[in-house]
Amino acid sequence: MNRPKMVNFKDPETVRDYPMGATCDSDHLTSINAGWRTFRPVIDQEKCIKCMRCFLVCPDGVIDKSGDQLEIDYDFCKGCGVCAHECKPKAINMVKEAING
Amino acid sequence: MARRFVSGNDAVAEGVRLARPHVISAYPITPQTIVVERLSEFVEDGSLQSIYMHVESEHSALAAAMGVSSVGARAFTATSSQGLLYMAENLPYASGARMPIVMMNANRALATPWNIYGDQMDSMFMLNSGWIQVYVEDAQEALDMMIQAYKIAEDPKVLTPFMVNLDGFVLTHTYEVVDIPTQEEVDAFLPPINLSENIMSMEAPKSLCITAGNNYNMEFKIKQNEEMIESISVIEQVDAAFEKQFGRGYNGLLETVDCEDADVILVTTGSITGTARMVQKTLRAEGKKVGLLKLRYLRPFPTKALTEALKNAKVVGVVDKNISFGYEGTIFTNVNSALMQEGASQKVDNFICGLGGRDVTKENIHEMYEKMLVHLETSADVNDANVASKPQDRIHYMNVRCAL
Amino acid sequence: MERITARNLTNEELFYGHKACGGCGESLAVRLAMKILGERTFASLPAGCMSAVSFIYPNMAFRTNAIITPFASTGAVAAGVAAGLQALGIKDTYSVGFAGDGGTADIGLQALSGAIDRGDQIIYFCNDNEAYMNTGIQKSGLTPFGTKTTTSPAGANLPGSTTMKKNMFEIVAAHDIAYAATASVGYLEDYMMKVEKAKSVKGTSYIHVLAPCPTGWGTTSEITISLAKEAVDCGLWYLAEYEDGEFKLNKNPKEFTPVENYVKKQGRFKHLKDAEIKQLEAARDKKWEKMRRNWVK
Repeated sequence: MNRPKMVNFKDPETVRDYPMGATCDSDHLTSINAGWRTFRPVIDQEKCIKCMRCFLVCPDGVIDKSGDQLEIDYDFCKGCGVCAHECKPKAINMVKEAING
Repeated sequence: MARRFVSGNDAVAEGVRLARPHVISAYPITPQTIVVERLSEFVEDGSLQSIYMHVESEHSALAAAMGVSSVGARAFTATSSQGLLYMAENLPYASGARMPIVMMNANRALATPWNIYGDQMDSMFMLNSGWIQVYVEDAQEALDMMIQAYKIAEDPKVLTPFMVNLDGFVLTHTYEVVDIPTQEEVDAFLPPINLSENIMSMEAPKSLCITAGNNYNMEFKIKQNEEMIESISVIEQVDAAFEKQFGRGYNGLLETVDCEDADVILVTTGSITGTARMVQKTLRAEGKKVGLLKLRYLRPFPTKALTEALKNAKVVGVVDKNISFGYEGTIFTNVNSALMQEGASQKVDNFICGLGGRDVTKENIHEMYEKMLVHLETSADVNDANVASKPQDRIHYMNVRCAL
Repeated sequence: MERITARNLTNEELFYGHKACGGCGESLAVRLAMKILGERTFASLPAGCMSAVSFIYPNMAFRTNAIITPFASTGAVAAGVAAGLQALGIKDTYSVGFAGDGGTADIGLQALSGAIDRGDQIIYFCNDNEAYMNTGIQKSGLTPFGTKTTTSPAGANLPGSTTMKKNMFEIVAAHDIAYAATASVGYLEDYMMKVEKAKSVKGTSYIHVLAPCPTGWGTTSEITISLAKEAVDCGLWYLAEYEDGEFKLNKNPKEFTPVENYVKKQGRFKHLKDAEIKQLEAARDKKWEKMRRNWVK
């Protein structure tokens, strides 16, 4: 998986430790989006023809194509279903997330 | 050093040329126009190596300057009156981002009624914008403050945008003899801009002008306020260093004339101070214990220095070329607040004058001192036709052409 | 120019972890543009969805330099960034604006016009989702006729929005801009080619990309791409370029798919009567007649 990683952010201890101006480092992820998801896209690797269309159309860029198989970053997938809808061989199934897990 | 006979606006342009901003983005408005005309000429003739952006509005003038500052380059803009208010939303934007942009403002009346002449209604609107505000008395101070402004604004402890205010026409269009320092002298005083913490750069990519919700927002603002109050010491140090290098200084945030033993002290800003100096001198020669306080900075507000200078006075008069409608002059409000904070008990008078370019003559200033001297002896000058009825009975409208 | 496809497009993400709604077309447009522009990009975004979802302290979604601008100021701030970089001698960078439809066609039009007039070295994206979505779906100058928004209600007396989309592409072209294009997230290779093209343009570029908003359009999130394609296929949107002073229609369908099919998929158009759909079609036909006459050689 080659996707941006979370940073371990600690609240500034004093007002003086706040950034100078309304500023923050870029590439600074402190919270994931997994909790937004009702359905989880699951790639059927048997059916996948690696056309990379899902990688292209994902609004969140969570599909990684660097490995042998396409891989989904479930920390940031919102479960919008665009990938499954656009997949020509129907290799992505939207599976309901379990309530407890 | 060269000595030249120039207008206030020319002096500003000379000061800006010496400060060598990377980019100038400005939109013309009377009475600021000569500043931007001169700067465009300097760019054309090569005596200033800046990019001149012909923006389509004041709003974009400051927005473009913010873009320039956001990558760590030095930016300059200039405006006046309606133009300042048109760019208004960008003022707190730039200060919240701690961008050390310098802006010249030609103080001018606000419509309506339309009027192109000088008063301070425009910049008073912006007292809460988070910009440092200085009011200069003459062309020399205008030139010098363009150089000091960058030095103060770009100080790593300050990083705050800076507004230099000149009275429209009375100062912007009046010719005086001005000493113009050499580029070498200015370069020795004002080093190249060097920002790192709050800029976008390839070395450390940043996100700027971010959102901070109700969980974090307040601390950003407190930091901004505390650090702006602390900029007082930088302002004083820079002025002292300037005096050391160029042989003239401005006493930091305010200047006092004969205040130590004065019974009555008149507080002025900007070019009126020049007239007040003459009147004060005459009255002193007559044996009257009068003083003068030239308030240079309104933000940060020099509470301590001001109350210290006024502590022996019995009557304090504040000259305001503005009104906060429904109340009083804005500088008066600020001075009163400072006096209250220090537990002082002076009698106070507010002289509202010069609106829409109305003359403020020596006679008018003389009259202000006379009123204060009367006030020294009585509770209030209730017989004066130009004193508003209670509860604003401390407001004196000066040089009014008819009865109230 | 080599075609950009899903295969040769970089795997690196430069816009990641944002809080946009699921299926947001606009975030896809920004994501792909950033991938093509690369890490030496300075992005200026006005108040709007994309800035609201990607700069929430301390969670920053841009991996490159980025700045939120005042709502009206995308063109001016991006131009200032370009001027600052030029003055400092920082080379091989892109100063880019990503504004919405309201931020472009309404409040930001003046600053955009100024930047184009000066020929500033910026690439300006109008990410058009056809209303002020971030503030709760209010009508903008790019909201189509017959759209129900929270400020253009549809009822007994009004069909929703009563005006057609402002013609931003031709307004921009009328400045004799160096490069302008329309695009759709339904035709991503066409869009990516246009972004790639803008990279080497000398002067100002403008790319106007139609990007569905599931929340504001009243659709399910998975159809964003197919709906954006259908907008083009039914003729309510078009793919074109303006280059070297000439207009060019990139896609000229022989037949349009039915407008009715396109609008009936969307909650914002659900109320439309046949007569109003016919009005949309008539406006479409008039526009295409003119484009075909003038823009097809």
